[in-house]
Amino acid sequence: MEKFRTLTSTAIPLNIENVDTDQIIPARFLKATDKKGFGDNVFRDWRFHKDGSINESFILNNKVYSGSILIAGDNFGCGSSREHAAWAIGGYGFKVVVSSFFADIFKGNALNNGLLPVQVSKEFLEHLLQDVTSHPETLVKVNLEQQTIAIEGSDLSEMFAIDPYKKTCMINGYDDIDYLINNKKLIEAFEANKIY
Amino acid sequence: MSKKTLFDKVWDSHVVDSIENGPQILYIDKHLIHEVTSPQAFNELENRGIPIFRPNQIVATADHNTPTLNQDQPVKDALSRHQLEQLSINCKKNNITLYELGHKYNGIVHVMAPELGITQPGITMVCGDSHTSTHGAFGTIAFGIGTSQVAQVFASQCLLLTKPKSLRVTVNGKLKKGVLPKDVILYIISKLGTNSGTGYFCEYAGNVFEEMSMEGRMTVCNMSIEMGARGGMIAPDQTTFNYIKNREFAPKGEAFEKKVAYWKTLPTDEGAVFDKEYHFDAADIEPMVTYGTNPGMGIKISDTIPVEENPSFKKSLAYMDFEAGESLINKPINYVFIGSCTNSRIEDFRVAANFIKGKKKADNVTAWLVPGSKQVETQIIDEGLKDIFTEAGFELRQPGCSACLAMNDDKIPQGEYCVSTSNRNFEGRQGQGSRTILASPLVAAATAVEGKIIDITKHLN
Ligand code: SF4
Repeated sequence: MEKFRTLTSTAIPLNIENVDTDQIIPARFLKATDKKGFGDNVFRDWRFHKDGSINESFILNNKVYSGSILIAGDNFGCGSSREHAAWAIGGYGFKVVVSSFFADIFKGNALNNGLLPVQVSKEFLEHLLQDVTSHPETLVKVNLEQQTIAIEGSDLSEMFAIDPYKKTCMINGYDDIDYLINNKKLIEAFEANKIY
Repeated sequence: MSKKTLFDKVWDSHVVDSIENGPQILYIDKHLIHEVTSPQAFNELENRGIPIFRPNQIVATADHNTPTLNQDQPVKDALSRHQLEQLSINCKKNNITLYELGHKYNGIVHVMAPELGITQPGITMVCGDSHTSTHGAFGTIAFGIGTSQVAQVFASQCLLLTKPKSLRVTVNGKLKKGVLPKDVILYIISKLGTNSGTGYFCEYAGNVFEEMSMEGRMTVCNMSIEMGARGGMIAPDQTTFNYIKNREFAPKGEAFEKKVAYWKTLPTDEGAVFDKEYHFDAADIEPMVTYGTNPGMGIKISDTIPVEENPSFKKSLAYMDFEAGESLINKPINYVFIGSCTNSRIEDFRVAANFIKGKKKADNVTAWLVPGSKQVETQIIDEGLKDIFTEAGFELRQPGCSACLAMNDDKIPQGEYCVSTSNRNFEGRQGQGSRTILASPLVAAATAVEGKIIDITKHLN
């Protein structure tokens, strides 16, 4: 996994609530047996019309907006457990997703793939969406060590929460497998003494 | 001693270790896998040179991507075929039991595991599929995981997790005629919303669930994830024990009795405290339908669509081509799907057959009946339900996830409505541009016969 400390970038405002994983990556693209290429199909049915032509009105197709931070409406990533959703968002080039609420499984999947979910208050999210929408050049700064997100050149900033263990993993680029196999002895001892 | 919930008891007995200021190592008893979310996990382990730790605690099936016609022939779609072949290769290489396409135990992962007795009270179970919550019907901690976590369980039979908070939904009273378990859970989600359960594990309590069959309990627990909860649980009782007894992988004889004695200690202690509680009255529940693009957007079938100003709400109605304030009664419907891990068990087909018997499917309707497993398919034939369906003009297909997520050829065309017994009405879930209305098997069967949505409550004598 890639290490993550800080990121300063312009952002793309996706002002839609309840974005589910079927929108992030539709099921028909789940037939691959590796993790590559999902970025090409992220938000596929919003980015393209059914005939394959580009949907100019969708925010990702608006050339004015760019950057590796995605700012999304409340309850992002609900629905299926497909990790392909995190691969697709990461594969497209995002490193951070900001929302006022994340679905559990999506959040875990993102963290396991070096994609940082930043949960902010509804008010902050609204400011962020407004600022970035009206001023696409706005820089958003995310600092994982200090757990802060800020709009550069303004005094607008907020702290965000992250599990301390997951934070260490992201900063160092470790994953859970490393941790678990280092604890095999404990696991075997548990198996030998199961009480149920 | 402190009072514990059912969830506490099962969770606490599976904690291997706790990291200071961090997650716990939770032991996983059973790991179910399927073709879509496992290949990258197998690759990950292979690339890192890590062996599968406990292959005999893993069971595999092919379900998401399988055709529901001509299963005896090679799968036509090359990518799907490759994914299925990859699963067979991975299972063979790693000594994992696989019920592949055509096997007498093949089926949707959440249908086949309970019916084989793999699902048991008091254990922990995971699968790379969010509807793993289904198995909670047995008093099991069961939840969906991502592919990285599939790899973690492969490597260590454990997961690193923070213990979720507890939530209890109690429904007491007497359910009205025509109100099925599906309506109960659609009603609960319509009241609580799609993220009320996020961060929680939910227990369902009250006489309504106590009186439900195991099939009904599975329907309810299945949709826990649609209110954001990782899982749902129902206390094991005599109904649970009777269901498990004598199934293929259930303990037998004295071993079974010993287990039952343990399972009886699992229900939530009187006076145990939940982080959040909700109460509903069974008499308030009616047959339900959804009108929007998330499962929380549900109404009583005789109600009208609410009026809201929120842009996401409006976007959703625009997608569905419905008007705020209108009723869904008499909406013409051209597609009906009875299937998915929510409603593809034998009881669901009995309900449908009971309504359909002696009637005919409307000409405008394409109706797919897709059993959840080979065993359900066999039961449908043995009980004579297939004849009822065929006479009424319905097509009984072969088992799989099918139009629930439309990964195979079973897709609802652009712009068409489908009354579906599945669990998600997201945009395009059943095919690009398709419009899904979630309902019970009874409402689905009635829609297929009438060719439009009817107020089922007026048609029950
Ligand atoms: S039937 Fe649908 S919800 Fe159930 S496992 Fe299959 S795809 Fe998932």
